[in-house]
Amino acid sequence: MGHHIAVESEQYIFKPETKRKIFILIGVGLMVFALGVIMAMNSGHGDHAAGHASAEVSKSLVASAETVSAEPAAEAGGEHHGSPTWLKRIYTSLWMNNIYFVGLGIVGLFFVTIQYAAQAGWSSGMQRVAMAMGRWIPIAGILTIAIWFLVSGDLFHWTHHDVYEGETADKILTKKAPYFFWPLHAGSFPIFYVARMVIFFGAWYMFFLAIKKRMEAEDLAPDTQHWLKSRSISAWFLVFFAVSSSVAAWDWVMSIDAHWFSTMFGWYVFASWWVTGLAFLAFTVASLKNAGYLKVVNSNHLHDLGKFCFAFSIFWTYIWFSQFMLIYYANIPEETVYFLERMRTSPYSWIFYTNLILNFVLPFLLLMTRDAKRQISMLQVVTPIIMIGHWFDFYNMITPGVMQHDGAIGFLELGLFLTFAGAFLYVVLNGLTKLPLIGKNHPMLEESLHHHI
Amino acid sequence: MDANKNFVVGIFDNEDILLEGVEKIRGNGVKIHEVYSPFPVHGLDEVLGYKRSRLPIAAFLFGMTGTSLALLMQIWMLGYDWPMIIGGKNYASLPPFIPVTFELTVLLGALGMVATFMIVSDMKPYKWPRQFDLRSTDDKHVMAIDLALNAGKSKEDIKRILKEAGASEANDKNFD
Repeated sequence: MGHHIAVESEQYIFKPETKRKIFILIGVGLMVFALGVIMAMNSGHGDHAAGHASAEVSKSLVASAETVSAEPAAEAGGEHHGSPTWLKRIYTSLWMNNIYFVGLGIVGLFFVTIQYAAQAGWSSGMQRVAMAMGRWIPIAGILTIAIWFLVSGDLFHWTHHDVYEGETADKILTKKAPYFFWPLHAGSFPIFYVARMVIFFGAWYMFFLAIKKRMEAEDLAPDTQHWLKSRSISAWFLVFFAVSSSVAAWDWVMSIDAHWFSTMFGWYVFASWWVTGLAFLAFTVASLKNAGYLKVVNSNHLHDLGKFCFAFSIFWTYIWFSQFMLIYYANIPEETVYFLERMRTSPYSWIFYTNLILNFVLPFLLLMTRDAKRQISMLQVVTPIIMIGHWFDFYNMITPGVMQHDGAIGFLELGLFLTFAGAFLYVVLNGLTKLPLIGKNHPMLEESLHHHI
Repeated sequence: MDANKNFVVGIFDNEDILLEGVEKIRGNGVKIHEVYSPFPVHGLDEVLGYKRSRLPIAAFLFGMTGTSLALLMQIWMLGYDWPMIIGGKNYASLPPFIPVTFELTVLLGALGMVATFMIVSDMKPYKWPRQFDLRSTDDKHVMAIDLALNAGKSKEDIKRILKEAGASEANDKNFD
């Protein structure tokens, strides 16, 4: 049917000037970060005694009213052997940026696998771009494990052995302890937790390598066998990812507020990761298209990417609202504390509302029309809004539980974000050079060329 | 629309011939009344020169009507007409209103869109649509050309143009 369109093989060239720009980005990031650290060390917040005093006060308050929820006691309990505020701020920001970019990496692989599992043809011209995002997974794994050991004492107060000991042992955390420490006893090394972290990254990377191997083989010899095999690998990955992404969200984000829990949380982190990854993918595809690459991609494919960004911005909002609304309506103190902390303390309060504007109102209104989704220029405006919006989203998920009233956002956070962004971009663009930009033997490439909506 | 009674009907066997045929026929200055296909043909709207539907604009306006009505209704009912304290919340508190607002937005948007579409497409109850050739519901693409709209050309000219453009048949169709 129709006329056959010849596909030129394309190879991405990582130009030295692009590399230099990325190194400048990383350099500027590090300088801004250093400036932020100096400012944070010299600011009044560096006074350790203040935090100490408030911790003592809330401790005695709890002691006088045993029936009150254990929340404030434990939050304060985690504070008394913490690092100075400026160091905690660095740790929080490191962890937060790392988790944000973990998502961008894993979503690349997730995008490729859902296309295989759904037997989708339209996206076959851009699957290599999503695959290049997956190259961050091994680096993300090493960073996550390394940063975790550096920051866990300050971020995760459940790691402290004294919350499980003696008369004042934390009842809630003691009950939850096996989830972290099994088979060891509470307060020792969290072997179950660390094992999960290692297994998740290990398995994600194995799945990534398996799909990559099939792509390489397919480039050398056209055979639908590779596609069929990739589809079954993808199906297994999706089953594994459904569970591991949820557990990862509880482990790496929700356990910071260890007394609080939300059954929506796995979905919430996934939704945030997923829409950020889609925005990055759309942005990269649009930029490559602008630079003269990806000739097989036209405005119909961009339209679909725009629809993805639009739809999953709404999906994220749906999850956000479902979590908020149930907690708001039930009005149970140990649940509402999570939102009160975020709605009444600066800077979390303005980020709380900015989050909704950047991640729902703007994408919803700007991407609503058909024309907006089909234009490169519009996509290049909206997708950075979504990416920045979800960076704020992760900031508000992670920071309040650690920094409490000392939370801040400034050069320190911005600098680390730029550094991470530069490193991630370098890995992705370098990854793009490793395989041809178009899988010319993909059995559904022809379908993608005729994609018309 | 119904005033016109005399048509020439071209039958096309497949969509590739149809798409090229439409371009040739329009290129010859013949105005096409409508093309009926057993399945959606991609690109047919473009070659026929149809403008994009404005239905999404209607959908947006109906949807916004739903949003406003739902919010006004709930704020009026629970805030003014019969204030009640539910779960210790304010009389008119926004979060619990959102699900109802969402549902009414979707409902009015959908119903409004269907109604607009029916009116624009002249689909009234008890109106029996014209059938130019019943094979358009089976395996043929059927092109209707209104003679009244092509006054400058004779019936024979139009039939010849149709045949040259790849139609397998060119028939007369009169509604009396």
